Amino acid sequence: MPEQNMQGQAEQKKRQPLFHMIKRNSLPLWHSVAIRAAAILLAFVFTGILTLLFTGKDPIRIAAIMFDGAFGNSLRTWVTFQNVAVLLCISLALTPAFKMRFWNTGGEGQVLIGCLATATCMFTLGGKLPDWLLIMIMTVAAIGAGILWGLIPAIFKARFGANETLFTLMMNYIAIQFVEFFLKVADKSGSNTVGPNLLSHGWIPALFGEKYLLNILLVAVLTVLMYIYLKYSKHGYEISVVGESENTARYIGVNVKRVILRTMALSGGICGFVGLMLVGATSHSIDTNLAGGYGFTGIMVAWLAQFNPLVMTFASLLIVFLQRGAGEVSTVAGLNQSFSDIVTGILLFFIIGCEFFIRYQLIPNREHKFFAKKQTQEEQVQ
Amino acid sequence: MNIVIAFLHRAILQGTPLLFGSTGEIITEKSGNLNLGIPGIMYIGAISGVIGGFFYQNSTISVNPFLAIFIPLLCSLVGSLLASLLYCFLTITLRANQNVTGLALTTFGIGFGNFFGGSLIKLSGADVPSIALTRVAKVFKTSLPFAKQLGIFGELFLNYGFMVYLAIILAVIAAFVLNKTRIGLHLRAVGENPATADAAGINVTKYRYCATCIGGMIAGLGGLYYVMDYTNGVWSNNGFGDRGWLAIALVIFAIWRPALAIPASYLFGGLYILDNYLHVSMQLQPILQMLPYVVTVVVLVLISIRKKRENQPPASLGLNYFREER
Repeated sequence: MPEQNMQGQAEQKKRQPLFHMIKRNSLPLWHSVAIRAAAILLAFVFTGILTLLFTGKDPIRIAAIMFDGAFGNSLRTWVTFQNVAVLLCISLALTPAFKMRFWNTGGEGQVLIGCLATATCMFTLGGKLPDWLLIMIMTVAAIGAGILWGLIPAIFKARFGANETLFTLMMNYIAIQFVEFFLKVADKSGSNTVGPNLLSHGWIPALFGEKYLLNILLVAVLTVLMYIYLKYSKHGYEISVVGESENTARYIGVNVKRVILRTMALSGGICGFVGLMLVGATSHSIDTNLAGGYGFTGIMVAWLAQFNPLVMTFASLLIVFLQRGAGEVSTVAGLNQSFSDIVTGILLFFIIGCEFFIRYQLIPNREHKFFAKKQTQEEQVQ
Repeated sequence: MNIVIAFLHRAILQGTPLLFGSTGEIITEKSGNLNLGIPGIMYIGAISGVIGGFFYQNSTISVNPFLAIFIPLLCSLVGSLLASLLYCFLTITLRANQNVTGLALTTFGIGFGNFFGGSLIKLSGADVPSIALTRVAKVFKTSLPFAKQLGIFGELFLNYGFMVYLAIILAVIAAFVLNKTRIGLHLRAVGENPATADAAGINVTKYRYCATCIGGMIAGLGGLYYVMDYTNGVWSNNGFGDRGWLAIALVIFAIWRPALAIPASYLFGGLYILDNYLHVSMQLQPILQMLPYVVTVVVLVLISIRKKRENQPPASLGLNYFREER
């Protein structure tokens, strides 16, 4: 029978996958936590080996240096928590947009434009108005600027379907150049930062004499509010429906365009608020690197935390600890500061990779030669 | 007149890294992968080439022109290939989100470049004050000997190192392959609708892997060109700047066509240095630097308003394909 023959040949030739991938329906919480913990541990081991190779110090010494860099004295601890607050706040800002499947990659620009609005108010109105009024104007301006920066791409997305990932990405660099413009106008000497001597008014008062405390508390409150907003409010429900399926949303009578605009206004507004905190409350200065890439890191934190504010807090802490720790290690070893970016990158790769094992299950394919051979070996042993 | 020629000459020099980057990213995006790791890959390509060139230059007294080009080129290609493979493995095999993976790769890549750029001398224990691959770079910069004597024509068209022409050739080849060959047709099918392509018997995974890796390697050459030719082999941290993102902007500006990317990248290159030639006040320089991004946004809006089908981004851009989840 020629037909059977052909079938036989085809079966012989057909390549067998080593594993079958099966999508998991649900996974016990402890299981998914264990997978992530294992990935983080692996990342630490990997970066530990890398650090060992570059610095030649033993791992325990490296860990001690890292801890010292992040929490070594009270200033370092404050800065660490300040950075966690900023990163967490940006991640929180991006979360509603991501949940709606709107890829807001413009966090960096929205923060910077908030910084710019704050600094502009401080620079032009400083000394002419009482400080309390100035701070109120700064707040409105910063949040308004962030909203504007978030709404521009949202309008074109809602109205014409313009690709939001690329649009928001471009808006970052437009914002950076606007900041550059401000720097050149405000400081004629051509330096690339405008410092506290020019932005001397409108400083947001420090709480209990600790200038970072107010930010940290505000972000903590915001974290809780965002959790409630996403989980228990009608808006939060609409966001998740639009994210799951726009057609379903339209069918149940959700005004998709309005949800997109509203959510992006919220997202941009919170980013603008971060800008207010950075310039008005802590640094009292502005430069193009003030957001420090956290606009991008926040994207990864928000996505990897699967929109859970609690996990986001932990992830922000982990990343900031690693960055500051690795920064200290490279200072001690006399290496370049960018070592912390490498370490962050490696940690992110491991966490990104481990998501797969949470969503899918790998089952060995018994028909594959590799496993078939093993089986026969086992049988022979028996 | 001379100043116009000098401007155009520099615009082409400035546009070449962008052309490499955007050609690579167009090939990648045509397969449906929105690789936001391109800026990082360009740094990795640059530093890998620098590492190769550094060890070669320090090991010999007389530089062999062939090896001086071959070693950095090979190192650069291998470096960007490995980075692209990592991206492919995470997004295609492990089905991770493309934006997140790409941004992580950019963080990693820029850190990788700056770290080795700043620490290479200390790590290798070499006895040199800074990374200056002048002897290797001289080979990269070699242009035709008679170019200078041909006046304006020679200055404008012949007076470049070989990588400027390589960028144009690669863009032309990419345009040809994408539009005129069966491979290109399959690749575009994968980027538009992977499910249909899969049903037609096209190996989606293979096409995405190959396109992303080839695209990444081409983009990495842009970084190599920048260090070896544009800056005469002198590495400076963050010197490459935002050119990687500019290359991604250029992909939109050229509406996903490598042939259009050639003039477009020279235009962007010109915009990048325009402030040196227009005697504007220092304050207005950032406004000019903003132009490429503003123009890109305008193009992005226009193509979405006009909705011409041939000008749209690949339909499944940024989306992973799971055969089981149709």
